[in-house]
Amino acid sequence: MNTTSLQPVIRCQTLYKIFGITSDQLQKDSQGLIDPSYRDRQGVVTAVDNVSLDVSDGELLVVMGLSGSGKSTLVRCLSRLIEPTSGSIEIEGNDLLAMSEKELIELRRNKMGMVFQNFALLPHKTVLENIAFPLQMRGMKRAEFVERAMKMIALVGLDEKENSFPRELSGGQQQRVGIARSLAVEPDIWFLDEPFSALDPLIRKEMQDEFLRLQSMLKKTIVFITHDFDEALKLADRIAIMYHGNIEQIGRPEDIVLNPATEYVAKFTSDVPREKVLTAGSVMDERKEQEALASKSVRIDDLVETIAEYVLGQSIPVPVVDAQDQIVGVLHQARMLEILFHERAGPSGS
Amino acid sequence: MRGPGHPALEATTTPFKEISLSRMKDLLLKGLPPEQRAKGALVLLAIVGVLILAKPFNLIPDFLDELPQHTYQSSINKEIQEIKRTELVPIGAALEWTFYYLRDDLHVSVVTRFFSTSLKALVDVVHNILSGGRKGFGLDAPPWSALLVIALTLGYALKGWRLSLLGGGTVCYFAIFGLWTYAMTTLAYLAVAVPISIIIGLFLGIWCYKKKSVEVSILPILSVAQTMPHFAYLIAVVVFFGIGHQTGVIATIIFAVPPMVRLTLLGLQTISPEIVEAGKMAGCTSRQLLFRVQLPSARNEIMIGINQVIMQCLAMVVIAAFIGADGLGFRLLHKLIALKLGECVEIGFAIVLLALVLDGLSKAWAEKKRDYRANLPFYRRYKYSILLVVLVAIAYILASYFPILNKIPRDLDITYAKSWDGFIDWTVVNWQTRDFRYIMLVHILTPLRDALLFMPFIAIMVLVAGVGLLLGGYYSALLTLGFLLFIALAGWWDRAMITLYMVLFSTFICIVVGIPLGLWSAMREKRARTALFWCDTFQTFPSFIYIIPAIMLFRVNDFTAIMAVVAYAMVPAVRYTVEGLKNIPPELHEAVTMAGCNKRQRLLQLQLPVALPHIMLGVNQTVMFAFSMVIIAAFVGTIDLGQSIFKALSETALGKGVTLGLCVSFMALTVDHLVVRWARERRRLLGLD
Repeated sequence: MNTTSLQPVIRCQTLYKIFGITSDQLQKDSQGLIDPSYRDRQGVVTAVDNVSLDVSDGELLVVMGLSGSGKSTLVRCLSRLIEPTSGSIEIEGNDLLAMSEKELIELRRNKMGMVFQNFALLPHKTVLENIAFPLQMRGMKRAEFVERAMKMIALVGLDEKENSFPRELSGGQQQRVGIARSLAVEPDIWFLDEPFSALDPLIRKEMQDEFLRLQSMLKKTIVFITHDFDEALKLADRIAIMYHGNIEQIGRPEDIVLNPATEYVAKFTSDVPREKVLTAGSVMDERKEQEALASKSVRIDDLVETIAEYVLGQSIPVPVVDAQDQIVGVLHQARMLEILFHERAGPSGS
Repeated sequence: MRGPGHPALEATTTPFKEISLSRMKDLLLKGLPPEQRAKGALVLLAIVGVLILAKPFNLIPDFLDELPQHTYQSSINKEIQEIKRTELVPIGAALEWTFYYLRDDLHVSVVTRFFSTSLKALVDVVHNILSGGRKGFGLDAPPWSALLVIALTLGYALKGWRLSLLGGGTVCYFAIFGLWTYAMTTLAYLAVAVPISIIIGLFLGIWCYKKKSVEVSILPILSVAQTMPHFAYLIAVVVFFGIGHQTGVIATIIFAVPPMVRLTLLGLQTISPEIVEAGKMAGCTSRQLLFRVQLPSARNEIMIGINQVIMQCLAMVVIAAFIGADGLGFRLLHKLIALKLGECVEIGFAIVLLALVLDGLSKAWAEKKRDYRANLPFYRRYKYSILLVVLVAIAYILASYFPILNKIPRDLDITYAKSWDGFIDWTVVNWQTRDFRYIMLVHILTPLRDALLFMPFIAIMVLVAGVGLLLGGYYSALLTLGFLLFIALAGWWDRAMITLYMVLFSTFICIVVGIPLGLWSAMREKRARTALFWCDTFQTFPSFIYIIPAIMLFRVNDFTAIMAVVAYAMVPAVRYTVEGLKNIPPELHEAVTMAGCNKRQRLLQLQLPVALPHIMLGVNQTVMFAFSMVIIAAFVGTIDLGQSIFKALSETALGKGVTLGLCVSFMALTVDHLVVRWARERRRLLGLD
C-alpha cells in the first residue's frame, strides 16, 4: 500500500456554515475564530457547527440527524453547493474551497455524483436524457452517451423505460433514474441526500437492498444522509450523528449502539434491536485458561441475531474465530442474555 | 419583598404610560394585531366622522378642505365650472419639461426614431407578406383558403377538432364579412409585437432573477406600468416615437412586457432548489444551467406568460387605434364614433373570435406535453407538419383555378349589421332603460359622487393612511399617503374622486352580483367548471369590446360607463369566489360534515371565512379591472380623470397626460397594497399558504 491510498478521500476540518452572516464579515469580526455569541444574534442560524470528519476510500459514511440538524447543509458544503462560512475541505488532498468555478465544474463532471431526496429529475427530459445529462454537459458524443446511459439503465433495472418521462414513473423508479444519473459519470465520490425518505416503506427496503448491491459492486466513497436510524444501521460502515449542527458521535454502528456518547445518541440507540447490529466480535469475552468450549465455533463478524439460538442452546461457552480460524474470544450465555434483554434486566420492584 | 421575576406582578407594576408607548411603537412598526383592529377601526372612523361633520360648521380651514385644482368643465353640472385654476405643485409641467429635455436636449429622440423606423420597416414587411405588396418580397397575398387550412390544422394538431373549427370559422368570418384586410393588418401588428415582447420580457425576467437589485428596482416600475391607463402610455409613445403604424406596436410592446417579466421571474423562482443543485452537480456552466435546466423547468409559467402577452397585445392593438394604428380596432373606433352600432357588433365579433382563437391556440400549445418521438419513423414524427404543407399546397393550387378560394370579392357586401341595427332600434323602443337610467343617475350616482366631492380631502387622506397604519404600520401608511398626496398636489383631486366614485360603485355592483353568483356556482362541481369556463372566455375579450353592448343598451352617459366597467370587472369577482371555495381542503369539508353542519352553517362557518382571503384578492382584481376600464369608458363621455387623459391625448399634452395616468395608477396601487397585504396576512393566519 502506498501513502496516497491511506489519505482520506474527503477531509473536512472545523467546518462552519452560519446563515445570515457573510464569511468576510465573520473573518473580519473574529480574526478567523468563531465567536459563540454569533449564534445568539437575530437572523443568524448556525447550520453546521464546527464539524470535522474524514471519509476514506470506499467507505460508506452515513450522516444521521433529525430535520434541522444541519445534515443536508453539511453534504451541500462537501459538494460546495453551499459556500461554507469557515473551515477547510480537502477532496483527495486538493483544497475544495480554493477551487475556481471552472475547476469546480471539472470536479463535478468527473469525480462527484449526487442523489436528491425528491429525485430532482428534469421534467422535460426522458429517462435516457436525464441520465445522459451530466455526460452531455461534459460534451460527450451522442453515440457514446447513449451507450453509457443505456448501461446505467440496465444497472438500475429500468430496461424498456428509457423513453418514459419522469411523470410516468413511480417514486421508486424515479429515484432509480436519479441514482443512474449520479453514477453516469462514474464518480469516485457519491453523495446521497435522504435518497429513500420520499418512498413508501416497502419500496424503501427494496431500494436499500438495491443500494447495497450496487455498492458491493462499485465500491464508491459515499456520504449518505438520512433521518432514519435503522437505515443508518443497515447501510453504514460508520455513522455520524448530528444534532444542532454538531456531530454528537461518529463511529461504527456497534460502537454507537453499545457505547452511546451522549444522552441524545442514547435516545436513538435505546430502542434498537441490538442483536441485529452487534456482531459476535463486539460482545465476546476473553478466553480464560482451561475453559471447556463448545465443539462448534462462530465467526467474529456473525450477527448476534443469527447465532443467539445456537449459543443459548449450549451449556458451555462458544468459541469465536476470526477469518484465519484462530480462536479470538468466547461467548458466554449470560452475556448473550444481557444483550438480548438488556432493558428488562434485573428484577422489578427491588 | 418579592423578586422581580414574576411576570404577572411586573405587568401590574409597570406604569401605564410605558405600556402605551410600547404599543404605539408596535402600531408604528407592524400595525395593530388582527384581534384589536375592530377597536382601531372605530377610533379611525370617529376621527374621520368628526372631520367630515366639522365641514358644514366651517371648522375645516380651506387648505385642508380643497386644494387648488385644474379647471374643469362639465356638461352635466354646469354650476361647478371654473372654480379653481391651478395645481399646487407643477408636477405636470415638470414631467413635461423632463420628457422634452430627454427627447430634444439629450437626443433620446435619435434612438427612439431609430427604433421607430426599424419597427416600421418590420411591420411593413410582415403586413405586405400577409396582404400582398411591394415589400413582401414581391409575393402575392396568400389565398384566404391557405390561411383557413393553416388555422384548421393548427387547431387540430394542438387541441382537437373544436379548436380547429373555431380557428377555421374565424378565418371564414373575416373573409365573408369583408374584414380581411383589417384582420391581416391586426395580425401583422401582433406578429411583430408578440415576439419582441416575449424576448424583452424573458430577458428582463432572467435579469431580475440573477440580480436582486434589478428585481427590487424593476418590480415597482412594473406595478405602475400595469396600472397606468392605456391612453396615458399612448401620449408618451406618440411624443417619443411619433405617429404611425409602428407607434401602436411600440405602445403594445410596453404594455405587454410586464406580465411576461413577472411570470418568467415567478417561474424561475419557484423551481425546486434540488433541480438547480442537480444541474450544478451535473457540472453545468451557468449558461448551461440557465438554458438547459432553469428555463425548461420554468416552462409552465413562461407559457402562461406568452399567453398573457398575446392577449395583452390584442387588447392594446385595439386601443392603439386611437393613435392611428390601422386594423380591426381602427375600423371599430371609426364605426363607434359614427354610432353605427350594428357594424360595431359585426367587427366586435371578429375581434372576440380572434381573441378566442389566439387564446385557445397559445393555451393548447402551453399545455401540450411533449412526447418522445425519437423512435418513430419520419412521416409519423412530423405528421402534422407534413399534413400542413400538403394542405397549403392544395389550397394554393385550387386557388389558382377557382378565384373564389383566392380572394373573396370586396363588393360581395355580406353583412348582418342591418339586422343588429333593427334589433337595437327595437330595444330602444321596447326596453325602457331611460327611466331606469334616470333613477340611477339622479338618485344614486350623482348623490354618491357629490358626497365624495363634499368630503374634505384631509378626511380621505386620514382615512386611507389610517387604514394603512392599522394594517401594516408606518410603511403602509406612508406609502398610501404618498400616493394620495401626489394626486392632491398634482391638482386633480376632484377628478380623481369622480373616477373613484365610478370605480367604487362598479365594484359594489360586482361584489353584490359576482360573489353570490360565485357562491352559487361553486355549490356543484359541474356548475363551478362551467363558471370558470365562462370566466376564462370573457377574460380573453379585449376591454374595449365591452363598450359596445353598454352603448347599445344605455346610450352615452355616466351610467353606460359604469355598466361597461361592471361587465368587464365582474369576471374576477366570480372567478376568485369559485376558486376560493373550491380550494378549501376536503378534510375540512369532511370535518364539518361529521360535526353535523347543515348547508347554511357550512357556508357561514367554513366556506366564507376560509375562502375570504382569496375572495378579497378577487375583489382587489375587480378594483384593478375597474380602474383600467373606467378610463377606457371615458370614451363614452364621463367627466373624470379618463376624460382629461383623453383630452391630453388629443392635444399630445405629455406632462398632463402622464400625471393623470400616474394619478389613476396610484389610486389603484393604494387599494392593491392594502387589500393584498390584508389577504396575505389572513391566509398565513389561516395556514393556507
